[in-house]
Amino acid sequence: MTRTTSAAAALVGLGLAATAAVGEQRVVTFNSNFDAAPRAIWESVIADFEAAHPDIDIRLNNFDHEAYKTAIRNFLTANPPDLATWFAGNRMRPFVEAGLFADISDVWEENNLSEAMGATEASMTFDGGIYGIPYTYYQWGIYFNRDAYERAGIEPPGTEGMTWDEFLANCETFQAAGIDCVTTGSRALWPVAGIFDYISLRTNGYDWHMQLTNGEIPWTDDSVRRVFAELDRLRPFITANHAAIDWQDAAALIVQGRAAHYVIGNFAVGTFREGGMSDEQLGFMVFPEITPGLPRAEEAPTDTIHLTAGAQNPEDAKTFLAYIASPEAQTRLNAEGGLPPNRNASVADDPFLQTSFESLADASALAQFFDRDAPAEMAQAAMEGFQQFLVQPEQLDAILNRLEQVRQRVYAAQ
Amino acid sequence: MASSRRLSQRQVAPWLFLAPALVMFTIYVLWPIAYSVTLSFYDWNGLYDRDGQFTGRFVGLGNYRELAGDPAFTVSLWNNLKWLVLYMLALPIGLFLAIFLNQTVTGIRLYKSLFFFPFVISQVVVGLMFSWFYAPNFGLFYSLVEWITGRGVAVLADPNLVTYGIIAAGLWPQIAYVLILYLTGLNNVAPDQVEAARLDGAKGWRMLWHVILPQLRPATFIAVIVTVIGALRSFDLVSIMTSGGPFGSSRVLSYYMYEMALGEYGFRMGYGAAIAVVLFAIMMVFISGFIWRMWRQETER
Amino acid sequence: MFPRPIQQAPAPARWLYAVALPVALLLWLFPLLGVALTSLRPASDLAQGNYFGMPSAIAWSNYVEIFRQSPIARYMLNSLWVTVPTVIGSIALSLMAGFALAVYRFPSNLIVFFLFVAGNFVPFQILMVPVRDMTLQLGMYDTWYGLALFHIAFQTGFCTLFMRNFIRALPFELIEAARVEGVAEWRIFWFIVLPLMRPAIAALSVLVFTFIWNDFFWATVLTQGPDTQPITAGLSALNGQWIAQWHLVSAGSILAALPPVLMFFLMQRHFIAGLTLGAVK
Repeated sequence: MTRTTSAAAALVGLGLAATAAVGEQRVVTFNSNFDAAPRAIWESVIADFEAAHPDIDIRLNNFDHEAYKTAIRNFLTANPPDLATWFAGNRMRPFVEAGLFADISDVWEENNLSEAMGATEASMTFDGGIYGIPYTYYQWGIYFNRDAYERAGIEPPGTEGMTWDEFLANCETFQAAGIDCVTTGSRALWPVAGIFDYISLRTNGYDWHMQLTNGEIPWTDDSVRRVFAELDRLRPFITANHAAIDWQDAAALIVQGRAAHYVIGNFAVGTFREGGMSDEQLGFMVFPEITPGLPRAEEAPTDTIHLTAGAQNPEDAKTFLAYIASPEAQTRLNAEGGLPPNRNASVADDPFLQTSFESLADASALAQFFDRDAPAEMAQAAMEGFQQFLVQPEQLDAILNRLEQVRQRVYAAQ
Repeated sequence: MASSRRLSQRQVAPWLFLAPALVMFTIYVLWPIAYSVTLSFYDWNGLYDRDGQFTGRFVGLGNYRELAGDPAFTVSLWNNLKWLVLYMLALPIGLFLAIFLNQTVTGIRLYKSLFFFPFVISQVVVGLMFSWFYAPNFGLFYSLVEWITGRGVAVLADPNLVTYGIIAAGLWPQIAYVLILYLTGLNNVAPDQVEAARLDGAKGWRMLWHVILPQLRPATFIAVIVTVIGALRSFDLVSIMTSGGPFGSSRVLSYYMYEMALGEYGFRMGYGAAIAVVLFAIMMVFISGFIWRMWRQETER
Repeated sequence: MFPRPIQQAPAPARWLYAVALPVALLLWLFPLLGVALTSLRPASDLAQGNYFGMPSAIAWSNYVEIFRQSPIARYMLNSLWVTVPTVIGSIALSLMAGFALAVYRFPSNLIVFFLFVAGNFVPFQILMVPVRDMTLQLGMYDTWYGLALFHIAFQTGFCTLFMRNFIRALPFELIEAARVEGVAEWRIFWFIVLPLMRPAIAALSVLVFTFIWNDFFWATVLTQGPDTQPITAGLSALNGQWIAQWHLVSAGSILAALPPVLMFFLMQRHFIAGLTLGAVK
């Protein structure tokens, strides 16, 4: 044997040794769309899991948050990982129907998850199967700038909020003081759905809202018009040009005190703080009561993780899913934002998460969000309609007729 | 014997030379057109099931029937028309600039290059520049309007202005393109004809209309073609500047198609394909005019 | 010459022209200048509402920042990885196809030629779903070669039109003479025609480079992450992350525009020759 070949053989031997070491581990591939901060937490949770299960190697493949939403369609069919993050409700329906997500009722059963995470079970269930594990949810509500209140000469409210009439009366005062009462940035459409959802939940209640998103109520119905009538009362107080700006731009208006309130999810707190707002300046309240006596439902979208139908290693993936559902993992995953769906997990020691948690704990029911409660096409058309109404209220009839057309087609096809 | 082999070599050779280009072109252009037309008769969410089977459902003319009653489609079609008509402004403006720049003063070459500039820049960058220009509260355009009228206009949030705002952005590079075409055209205008006309006392508009423009006809022809194509391909700017908003007011067919097929709430491949077929049909009207003219030129020789 | 040379005009007109020229240019490049200036503004200026005044300092650091904060270098490299093979591929294919269509008479010659010409004008959307699906099925989705292969095929249409017309304008006697000498067809292509094609190759290289570098549509359809996305799609993604950070968006924009602009300035003559082909005939 010449020297070069023996050197090559040695190299090959080394390579073999290396692969052998890896080979003992069973790989679970996991595609995700975490932003930077949650990603770091996930990596440490995964490291812990791997320490406890040295024979399993979780390979995280993280995508850009927005790009992921289209990428998932490709990889689920072309090159499925074992696990993938996604959203609950109707957002996961096409994948379940195409048979791309796997039923994991067994994981729920073995770990008694129906008891610990019963609140989210319905949004994960289709035709008797359960198709994912929720790992976080976050509350929507009204965040406000206390300095703006001070400048307008109004006493800031507590978490319990106020009535709709009081809120609108305050808006007059804010407007007079040159402050936008409510801000939003609807360039990407979804932020206006948050406003609509809350007015809908407060005007006609949770059950009605669910019927609407399930396509059981015609958009031309008077009950729908009642919701738009309330939205119309708020309309003059919403930041002009909201259609040209993104939600982060609107967050800047809150930070600068040029706007008083923002109907937005808990994830915005980080943006407010980064903008230089202190926790003393920032306030939170639940959305005002509109129809007196209606039980208070809240908007709380759930993020989920799924086993794919094409998974190469479903057994180990399920072990990992069970771990993710555990109180310990859920506590850690939500340590810096978001709420754990597992009721035995603990909520992070953050004032806004704590208030969120409390206001959700005594909420009568939780809605997901318009684009998760309603099918995609309906959601797209409706969110455009909401935005259009805020800009062109005189077009209400045309908007409702259009949405009714979409409803009749979309739900008939399902 | 030898000559017949040469002949057959000459019969085979062109196909050998053509083969790679034709194969690629068939796979990536011809076949997809046929496939898109077929898909437009299906309802398909772009997914295959676990066994790799196509999950689409044949719906006949269903997608087209739906298009006929789809207000978003109507808006897109109208906007496309606005694009087509207003994009034609690139021609007179480009011609005017070309005449303005067709001098031989010092540094004119650099001036010309700098005027061509916008054409070389990606539409993504152009879109971002104009978004900044129009941005509410601090954008240059917004501030300028605010300064003059006391009230700023957020062009990209206004359903009635948004399309015009985007078209203005698109015209910028398009004018530069037309300018290049006309400058070259002016270079090739026969000097003796111009001089002869001058002796006849022709100048200014009359000279332009009767002597120059007829000679610029080939340049005008190309300019019309590229402007029509540019107007119908208006995807990049809409996507970057507004994503079709507010509430779909700035949609054009090319963007609507993308939205329906690959957008976040879309994945209606068949419906998207139907929109593409309509767009294709519109383009065919213009292409056939172009092809007809070229065909005549070729066969006359 | 039209219009009449300004040198022959009276003095006031000459002065007016001398003033109008820079003013017109300034107005014309206004959006570009604004963005260039913004790209050099410190973030603090924007926060304090100093959007148009003199920057309080020249912040080259914005450019350093975008390299540090974002994968923009990677995006630029990806663009190069797609653009260069496309230029080479489409020129190679179209040289052969153009040669075949220009030199040989065969029954379907014109039909094939017009197939290429017509293909140029097809709206991308009609190709989108099938091309994307095919690329996915072949496992080439989100790879530079998946994107480049499509570009090569599509650009071949335009390039063939150009090459064929260029070869037609060459003296045909050269080829005739070679044939009489008994030179094989591929040698005619390689040794006689190809050396004469240099100007055409240069012109098309510059043009195709610019087209592909600036392509956004196919980049969004066929690629998805920073590992393969070219700069146009990357810039669009970054725009989503850098909301309200116009100094970074501007710096990124300028950077993305730089390679084609450089190409244009270095090869201006070829560039214009390419663009205006057919416009003056």
